[in-house]
Amino acid sequence: MNYRQATWERETDSGESVNEPLLSEKRTETVTHDDVDLPDELVREELTLPEPAEPEVASHYTRLSQMTYSVEHGPYPLGSCTMKYNPKFIEDVAALDEGSIHPDRADEDAQGTLAILHGLQEYLAEIGGMETATLQPPAGAAGEFTGLLVARAYHRSNDEDDERREVIVPASAHGTNFASAAMAGYDVVELPSDEDGRVPVDALEAAVGDSTAALMLTNPNTLGLFERDISEIADVVHDAGGLLYYDGANLNALLGRARPGDMGFDIMHYNVHKTFASPHGGGGPGAGPIGVVDELTDFLPDPHVRETDDGSFEFYEPAESVGKVHGFHGNWLVLLKTYAYISRLGDGGLKDTSAMAVLNANYLASQIDLDVPYGPFHHEFVASAGDVDAAEFAKGMLDEGVHPPTTKWPEIVDEALMTEPTEALSKDQLDVLAEAFTATGQKTPEELSEAPTTTAAGRIDQTSAARNPRLSWHDVEADDE
Amino acid sequence: MTTMQRIQHDRTDGSHEPNESSPFAPQTPQEVEAMLSAIDADSVEELFDVPEAVAFDGDFDVEAKSEYEVRSEIEDLLGRNADRTEFLGRGHYDHYVPSVVDYLSLRSEFLTSYTQYQPETSQGFLQALFEFQSMIVELTGLDVANCSMYDAATALGEAALLAARVRDTSGSRVLVPETIRSERRSVLENYADGAELTVETYPLDAGNTDLDALSDLIDEDVVMVYAQSPTARGAIEERLSDVASLADDHEAAFCLGSDPVALALLKEPAAVGADIVIGDASVLGLSASHGMGLGLFAVKEGYLRQVPGRLVGTSETADGRRAYTLTLQTREQHIRKERATSNICTNQAWVALRTAIHIASLGASGLASLAEECVTMASEAAARLEDVDGVAAPVDDRHHFREFVARTEVPATEVVDELADRGFLVHEVGEFEIQVCVTETNSADLDDLVAAVREVLV
Repeated sequence: MNYRQATWERETDSGESVNEPLLSEKRTETVTHDDVDLPDELVREELTLPEPAEPEVASHYTRLSQMTYSVEHGPYPLGSCTMKYNPKFIEDVAALDEGSIHPDRADEDAQGTLAILHGLQEYLAEIGGMETATLQPPAGAAGEFTGLLVARAYHRSNDEDDERREVIVPASAHGTNFASAAMAGYDVVELPSDEDGRVPVDALEAAVGDSTAALMLTNPNTLGLFERDISEIADVVHDAGGLLYYDGANLNALLGRARPGDMGFDIMHYNVHKTFASPHGGGGPGAGPIGVVDELTDFLPDPHVRETDDGSFEFYEPAESVGKVHGFHGNWLVLLKTYAYISRLGDGGLKDTSAMAVLNANYLASQIDLDVPYGPFHHEFVASAGDVDAAEFAKGMLDEGVHPPTTKWPEIVDEALMTEPTEALSKDQLDVLAEAFTATGQKTPEELSEAPTTTAAGRIDQTSAARNPRLSWHDVEADDE
Repeated sequence: MTTMQRIQHDRTDGSHEPNESSPFAPQTPQEVEAMLSAIDADSVEELFDVPEAVAFDGDFDVEAKSEYEVRSEIEDLLGRNADRTEFLGRGHYDHYVPSVVDYLSLRSEFLTSYTQYQPETSQGFLQALFEFQSMIVELTGLDVANCSMYDAATALGEAALLAARVRDTSGSRVLVPETIRSERRSVLENYADGAELTVETYPLDAGNTDLDALSDLIDEDVVMVYAQSPTARGAIEERLSDVASLADDHEAAFCLGSDPVALALLKEPAAVGADIVIGDASVLGLSASHGMGLGLFAVKEGYLRQVPGRLVGTSETADGRRAYTLTLQTREQHIRKERATSNICTNQAWVALRTAIHIASLGASGLASLAEECVTMASEAAARLEDVDGVAAPVDDRHHFREFVARTEVPATEVVDELADRGFLVHEVGEFEIQVCVTETNSADLDDLVAAVREVLV
């Protein structure tokens, strides 16, 4: 593919070559507060910020947007990130004035918002096979943390928190699992994968015991493989007195085919910005609701929503609530978009989502020349770049007008390219993506080392960025002087 | 089939009834067939390697709807939110967001990209985040700001964890003002719990820190002292430098809670001795959104390598051009796992973009004027309510920002309910105390609010 990302290279006044000057390099203004009715010692002496006129603001950010590759440009197959199309109408729904309310309104004045929150709690519970779901965690990792707080509260209620200090995490798990367990105060026990790429039940049996608080698991796992022994795994963990936690990052593979609750999971999080299409926004916001089984509902964050006898909705504090995990009620706008998306798709659309996501991944894998060592996979697969450094391979793919997959992870595959096309790519786009893999595979090491050449910036020196951190325009100015 | 309704395919693999496909999956039946044939499969269903014992063959009982039907349903539901004029604040504020913020931030490139793992193709968003960091650095006077935490409460939790990590000696106590919102304190306690930190409150004296009390409470076991300005009751705190000195004397970090509008006017946190600043930056960028926020997080240089979350820095391309990239990623969970500075991955980047656009469109002078109005409006509103018989305002003998507490002769519950009946929402914060927040989006209704209060207190 012949691809060129937009760019506007020029020199700043200090002679530095840039794609688009910083706002601070165009025009700034320094203001003082001379007329405000406050004692001088409470007031800052001056404030210096850019002072662009609105046409300049519009031009600046339009140019920045055009130097940003997105889902709507084409394939964006980051593994476990589920970069699918985000329907336009959910933005209009989120912009409705009636939804723009303060979080401290009394329940009676917020019945519409509460109805939608309650409806989403029910949708998610049904989809996950859980009793109910809290919507408060503002991201997947926050959901993991919340889920572990719930697990800890459960063990505390059984007077077992002092001994149950370990959370078991498979080696192939998302990095957030390890970090969330540590933040919740647990020791992390890492479980290596077996030769098939799955959790080895015998090793798990050896790892669990009186000190086990929970096992965190993604299913299908990061190789796209279904943990076929899941019922046995659940028994092993439950028999040891631990809880089973489901990382919902890969739920897009299973909608309507299998539910975490039916697999024996006690707690799960949903990445609604992945599975249910609320946009990723350059890194967020997302939302990470968690579902729990009946036995754990009393521990959910405060407040939860329930329907009253007269059909209205109210916030209430669960009996043994872990308290709050967000200052208010989570990422409302993301939750509203999620509700709209699920309502639009319905049962059939949700089931079809996973069918097409899994078909797309399988078709794409069949069209590329690289080895895919583990299968049968579902919505994502991990190819190996073989003798080529996977990070270099990714830079080569950028010049083919696509976003590359996640690289060098999971580590079980050499030079891993973790690839998730999602249901939203047409066959034509999958063929474009496959061609990008093929064309990149034909590049010489020299060509790869010079890639990318078609993007707004060529290869960026990561090492010097970390060695000499310049993290604000002050740092840039200081360097120029 | 109408033109409004997308043609829904009957995929021919036999697994679905007609009209049961996702409108956002583009494969035609012919393409599905071709793809199945390419992978040598007879049906999509056989691709699922799910053991029968855990397979799900039920329904979710969610009926698919057209786009129009979903919009109508949600409009109807949200219509049940009462039509009220909100004079509500206490950590979540409604400032006017200019149209340019919506139009630019909703561009697909910004909205539908993700974390900038491939910086060469993500220069635009990276620069926008770098500029956001720079704006927060300017407003706080501190050296480093990250791209975002979820909200003020989770930022405060992260601040406490950072404060514990950077100390030479271990400690176990975090001190917070008694006026902190209970919700924010609860989040802090949840973050603190895993690190075996406990949270205690210190008293305030008419809106200012009670320094004697704080001095009695603080010791070498305290890792962080948190203060707010404006406070949750809207008062501008006057003793921040003294709080900073007390914290410094005991090797505790001093964390200040504020927001970008207040910071445009009030003494820079760095100048009063703050080591960490947290707050909700979405006061610019988002209108009222049921508490959705943007965690502001800035620190002094010495804490750089312990900062949670994403940081964007500059670098160069091979041909010498300035470029932007996520940096110091060895702090983060995808590399450091359980030894990461935080578990945060997905954050509030798009809100940070909106906040940056909002700040840019206001400019230094627009932002300064907005901040000054927040003082003027609070002071005028308090004076107007003070004129009402049976009301004393403000209760705290301080300068105020956006909001203030008023004492009412009638129990606050009654005042709040009767005002709601008249279409106005204020906070109940004590048995005889209400809290009123005024910004440019409700100031035109202030006369009506005052008249309603007068009726209620007759």
